[in-house]
Amino acid sequence: MQMPEPDARVLTRKAEIVARLREVLPADAVIDDEAETRAYECDALTAYRCPPLCAVLPSTTEEVSAVLKICHEEGVPVVPRGSGTSLAGGALPTADSVILGVARMNEVLETDYDNRFIRVQTGRTNLSVTGAVEEEDFFYAPDPSSQLACAIAGNIAMNSGGAHCLKYGVTTNNLLGVTMVLMDGTVIELGGAHLDPGGLDLLGLVCGSEGQLGVVTEATLRILRKPEGARPVLIAFNSNEVAGECVSDIIKAGVLPVAIEFMDRPCIVACEAFAKAGYPDCEALLIVEVEGSEAEIAEQLGLITQIARRHDPVELREARDADEAGRIWLGRKSAFGAMGQINDYMCLDGTIPVSSLPLVLRRIGELSREVGLEVANVFHAGDGNMHPLILFNANQPGELEKCEALGAEILKLCVEVGGCLTGEHGVGIEKRDLMDVQYAPADLEAQMAVKDVFDPNWLLNPAKVFPLHVSETRRAVAAE
Amino acid sequence: MRPETETELAEMIRAASGPLRVRGGGTRAIGKSAGKVLETGALSGIVLHEPGALTLVAKAGTPVAEIEAALEAEGQRLAFEPMDHRGLLGTEGAPTIGGVAAANVSGPRRVQAGACRDFMLGLRFVDGAGRVVSNGGRVMKNVTGYDLVKLMAGSWGTLGVMTEIAFKVLPKPAATATLVMAGLSPEEAVPALSQALGSPFDVSGAAHLPEGPGGGPLTLVRIEGFADSVAYRAGRLSELFARHQPQVETDAARSAALWKAVRDVEAFHGKPGDVWRISCTPSEAPALAARLGAEALVFDWGGGLIWALLPAGSDARSLLGAGFRGHATAVRGGGDVPTFQPEPAPVAALSAGLRARFDPRGLLNPGLMA
Repeated sequence: MQMPEPDARVLTRKAEIVARLREVLPADAVIDDEAETRAYECDALTAYRCPPLCAVLPSTTEEVSAVLKICHEEGVPVVPRGSGTSLAGGALPTADSVILGVARMNEVLETDYDNRFIRVQTGRTNLSVTGAVEEEDFFYAPDPSSQLACAIAGNIAMNSGGAHCLKYGVTTNNLLGVTMVLMDGTVIELGGAHLDPGGLDLLGLVCGSEGQLGVVTEATLRILRKPEGARPVLIAFNSNEVAGECVSDIIKAGVLPVAIEFMDRPCIVACEAFAKAGYPDCEALLIVEVEGSEAEIAEQLGLITQIARRHDPVELREARDADEAGRIWLGRKSAFGAMGQINDYMCLDGTIPVSSLPLVLRRIGELSREVGLEVANVFHAGDGNMHPLILFNANQPGELEKCEALGAEILKLCVEVGGCLTGEHGVGIEKRDLMDVQYAPADLEAQMAVKDVFDPNWLLNPAKVFPLHVSETRRAVAAE
Repeated sequence: MRPETETELAEMIRAASGPLRVRGGGTRAIGKSAGKVLETGALSGIVLHEPGALTLVAKAGTPVAEIEAALEAEGQRLAFEPMDHRGLLGTEGAPTIGGVAAANVSGPRRVQAGACRDFMLGLRFVDGAGRVVSNGGRVMKNVTGYDLVKLMAGSWGTLGVMTEIAFKVLPKPAATATLVMAGLSPEEAVPALSQALGSPFDVSGAAHLPEGPGGGPLTLVRIEGFADSVAYRAGRLSELFARHQPQVETDAARSAALWKAVRDVEAFHGKPGDVWRISCTPSEAPALAARLGAEALVFDWGGGLIWALLPAGSDARSLLGAGFRGHATAVRGGGDVPTFQPEPAPVAALSAGLRARFDPRGLLNPGLMA
């Protein structure tokens, strides 16, 4: 993965730039020591690393504004960073960039149960937003796997999803408003406690823009009352195709489970070895979760098991209590940890129409055999968001490249069947150079025109999302 | 002008030398717009409907009725419950799906299921320079690049002319019930609606009609789902609101009629005056409504949406006052005030910048939104 050459003029002015940043921030909020900047050299896409020029950790919107104003004047690229959990390299720095971390901004600013929203600083972690409203039996719906660590800032930048979006939607569907600082330091408010914009939907545009349009410092989030209860059922099949058909039939029948998770054999085997959840020996496994009162849960699970039985499952296991529910989820929730134990892995995030599931799984199997790298599949089947995990050995020269090439083939396949490159992780650098597989030049041009408006000098996270050759002219003009 | 293909539309826009008034079915014409009419009605037809994937793709000029019929046949629906503006605006014609998307039209279920924009998965459009652009796709989750779908939703044809839109659709529930509470004031109704929406009972509609179909005030709470579940939740909500002596309407047709009255603001049909649509913090609705001195009101979205019928030439924004933190749109009339809520300067600059990029010659519905 190529990154642009750092701007020599910025590198030589490091001391002056750091001094100016120290004027507007507390001493401990500017990190320029080489050993310490290493903590910011990568995010969860650890294959790529580069220490930044320096890192700043502002505590208020005003401080963020002051920092951006200076960087704007100095022509220094800024890479916003939440908790650094991006799997796509969204927070990967370049040597000439300032990392702007929002980790110190983690306060709850306002909680309003009557109007069902919470306003937080965006450095707050996803799970602690729910933590702040749990007392009143409310929750924040988007639940990415990294929710213990990931920040709301990153969730907004990547428009993060999670296992439960089939019912509750992703970040953009649960984001009511933001306070955002533009690259020149201007502070704007979009949305608020009311629904939908009065003009153009700039809030919808900002969500998922990967930190390229502004730095979001505060967010108003929709909170929901927790359902009375939830319970999963585990359904095992002897073929991926049949499991895929079952998913489609459940959806068609009018049941809307909160989650339908799918695991294939390689994934089941790995999870079983790691977590010993007691999963059956089978080719494909579904975990379907429904919500409501006891009676409502029973009614929905009754319908789901009835549909599942028509597909001749190997096993059908309904959770009778919280303990059994926990065990059903145990393997799925430890899937990534289990994979990490066996091997290095690359986690893909392509999304496909649910109807293409059997075809895509078959093709992934073929590609995996051709290349000689094992692929385990675990994903949100209800919405077609796949997470193929390609297993490889990073210490073996050439394996990372082989793995990336296979990943690219799988993502191209997703696009071919009518899907997309990324369902919830974002483009970052990881899928940047595949963007022209999904989009024609005019499509990318229209997206870049948006960045031109918000960040005319292309200083915010500039080397992400768009293939470097596509954004080259704009970045070059900005550097002059 | 009535292009029959996307290519023809792009050619027409490229060749245009003056303002164009973009029109789907012509049923939602709001604000002042001049120019040559550009109709999308010939770009019509359902391109794809995959019930098992909850997806429908249609050309922008497809009549909403055609889409609803196709969905109905599979036991599905557009969950955002788009309003029909004809009764309110006194217009005729067939509403198109492109018009729904361009105006981000959502009904009572917006409060639970989301807005039109939340169900738009992807689209194709021709911008003001005649460039054909595609964004998003037809899958439920997609964060590949910027979300221009949201930008186009509710842009009222000012950035581009949509040609094809992909929607997420949902199954129709087996049963519906509506809790009906009579005689409440807005000050009593809005907190009750807030309590309903904050309950674990998955309320899909929360509205207050100061003048209901029978004349007196009606407060409505809707529950949908499987029959037993609906009965259970209606029962629990009835206990919760025992003090207001709710009646439970379980007849599907009568329940639907009540929600259509809310959705289409039937209380204002045939009455003269200006119609304002106000999006606000729900709990502030009663106080805001009192400031308007309206001739008629409808509260939807648990109070978060106020429809107000005001004397011709009124400026609702000045009545709402400087501290008002939402937005107000003059849907019908409104005198000389801007149709859409003016934005603070730095936000207005971004909107203007986007217009300049997507419609550099200022051809598409010029002046409608800014």
